[in-house]
Amino acid sequence: METLPIVRLQGVTKRFDDVVAVDALNLDIYQGEFLTLLGPSGCGKTTVLRLIAGFESPDKGEISMNGSRLNGIPPNRRNVNTVFQSYALFPHMTVFDNIAFGLKMKQYDKNTIREQVFEALEIVKLTGMEMRRPHQLSGGQQQRVAMARAIVNKPQVLLLDEPLSALDYRLRQEMEIELKRIHRQLGITFVFVTHDQEEAISMSDRIAVMNEGRIEQIGTPIEIYEEPENMFVAKFVGEINVFHGTVSGVENGHAHVDIHGQSFRVPNRKKFAYGQDVRVLLRPEDIIVTLDEGVSAEGPSLAGKIEEVIYKGKTIDLIIALDAGETIFVTQFFNEDQADVVFHEGQRIHVDWPYGWEVVL
Amino acid sequence: MGTTLLWITVFVVVPYLFVLVFSFLTRDPDGIVTWTFTLNSYRGIVSEVFLKVCKNSFMLALGTTIITLVAGYPFAYFLTRIGERVRRFLILLMIIPFWTSSLIRTYALIILFKANGIINTFLLALGWIDEPLNILYTQIAVFIGLVYTLLPFMILPLYSSLQKLESSMIEAAFDLGAKTRHVIFHIVLPLTMPGIIAGSTMVFLPALGLFYIPDLLGGARSMLIGNFIKNQFLTTGNWPLGSAASVLLTLIMCLFIWVFFLSSKRAHTNSMENAA
Repeated sequence: METLPIVRLQGVTKRFDDVVAVDALNLDIYQGEFLTLLGPSGCGKTTVLRLIAGFESPDKGEISMNGSRLNGIPPNRRNVNTVFQSYALFPHMTVFDNIAFGLKMKQYDKNTIREQVFEALEIVKLTGMEMRRPHQLSGGQQQRVAMARAIVNKPQVLLLDEPLSALDYRLRQEMEIELKRIHRQLGITFVFVTHDQEEAISMSDRIAVMNEGRIEQIGTPIEIYEEPENMFVAKFVGEINVFHGTVSGVENGHAHVDIHGQSFRVPNRKKFAYGQDVRVLLRPEDIIVTLDEGVSAEGPSLAGKIEEVIYKGKTIDLIIALDAGETIFVTQFFNEDQADVVFHEGQRIHVDWPYGWEVVL
Repeated sequence: MGTTLLWITVFVVVPYLFVLVFSFLTRDPDGIVTWTFTLNSYRGIVSEVFLKVCKNSFMLALGTTIITLVAGYPFAYFLTRIGERVRRFLILLMIIPFWTSSLIRTYALIILFKANGIINTFLLALGWIDEPLNILYTQIAVFIGLVYTLLPFMILPLYSSLQKLESSMIEAAFDLGAKTRHVIFHIVLPLTMPGIIAGSTMVFLPALGLFYIPDLLGGARSMLIGNFIKNQFLTTGNWPLGSAASVLLTLIMCLFIWVFFLSSKRAHTNSMENAA
């Protein structure tokens, strides 16, 4: 991306008493993207959002928008709007008045306000609800009003603070699709905060994984999921199995990693040196399970025993105790070629994975 | 529920029925109340003196309500914005005076106000005034006394109402481009209206009936409804007249509570009409 960022945070630090919420953070946010700040609670993601909104001011560093400095500019003079976690709808106002609030503050004339409020209602599919009070709406509808109230102001950046966390599972999935649609329809930059990695992966153009006030990794969902740069990202995003190994040989572009006495050949992207201790990470769905009585796998494979079989409908999850001592988690999709393969507890098996699917750290 | 009902019956309903019955009875020349039905007490009330007392009382009660509201609101707001320890300390400071009878505290005010009292001595010493200010036994003294005594009754309901106001409401309003005054008038005040109404009720109504403050601070010149009623029972010995005045005061208070109630409901429906 060579375009100029719409919002830029440079060396931003924010402390609350002794706690460093945001630690010398750099972040560029680009026009029109759906950027998610993902991390456990207390990682500083909401603080970043509040710094952009103007509810907090940085102790150090600079926040700029379209190249001009935002520090010191109050929230009511920033061209951003927020969808709050609790929605923060005004309970004493109707849906119409809630959505119209920002436009009234800008002193638009009555007809323009009406027109734009109804347009916003249409975008969030709440036409006909304008006379309701917030307490007369379901959680999902309140969420839509909160969206409409923010987008009606046509902000350059829309900030969303865990907007889906209060909804139940089905509604959340529905709203994920709705949010994506609204994002496409409006072309506004979305900065979305969540602790839910599934939400982040399914909605974002880019994800910034945060931990202890810093960004651990920023990239597309595919990069974050498949090429985690460190253990934190690997463990926070999705399930992952960790094998400890030692580099037993290096040749052009490859390394040999010994895991429990067996040598696996891996692409040596990170230039590991001979003798180095490494961790080999594998997603549960990337591991192949072969039955002992089946054709014995070529090359290395680790022996073990199925501890538990969890039927999930579209997948079968297996908890496998390896003979070497580790317990791993494996997800198997139904395989039409192996339709007659039935896993059961206590079964002896071997595990293996396709070349290059692992991440070595 | 049952005990509450019993409590209300014994301590509120029954005494009130006595007052209601007395207001229709006759007082014989010896001052003894006899069982003869009459409306004389009510006729006696509708006099110029009593109407003047009423008007005086209402203005004073209204003034007290406004001052306590204007002074109490920022303080209550401040209480919700500060650290837990300072807040507890300030609330304690507000509650400590309740451990002393308000009658004694009113006497204390006399010591402050009188010609050679603390305020005058202080101002004279500073050279700000040449002769003692005449505070005691004026309407001003009564006014200050009422405000001082009733201020906590305004602050506490306001505080509890402001505490329920989520800070995200205020943030959302700023986020949507509101200026501070818009946030105050469109968000904070409407959402804390229940506290404003409760506080105003708890100041206005007692201000009408608190007889010892005008008695002690206002001297003979200051006659309020509360004093009028007290005098009928304790000085003049005209129990039926005092009862009639009590009944009237109660009716007026009911009227005010009703008006407050309606205004609180209206505050909620106002924005409905805006959208239409």
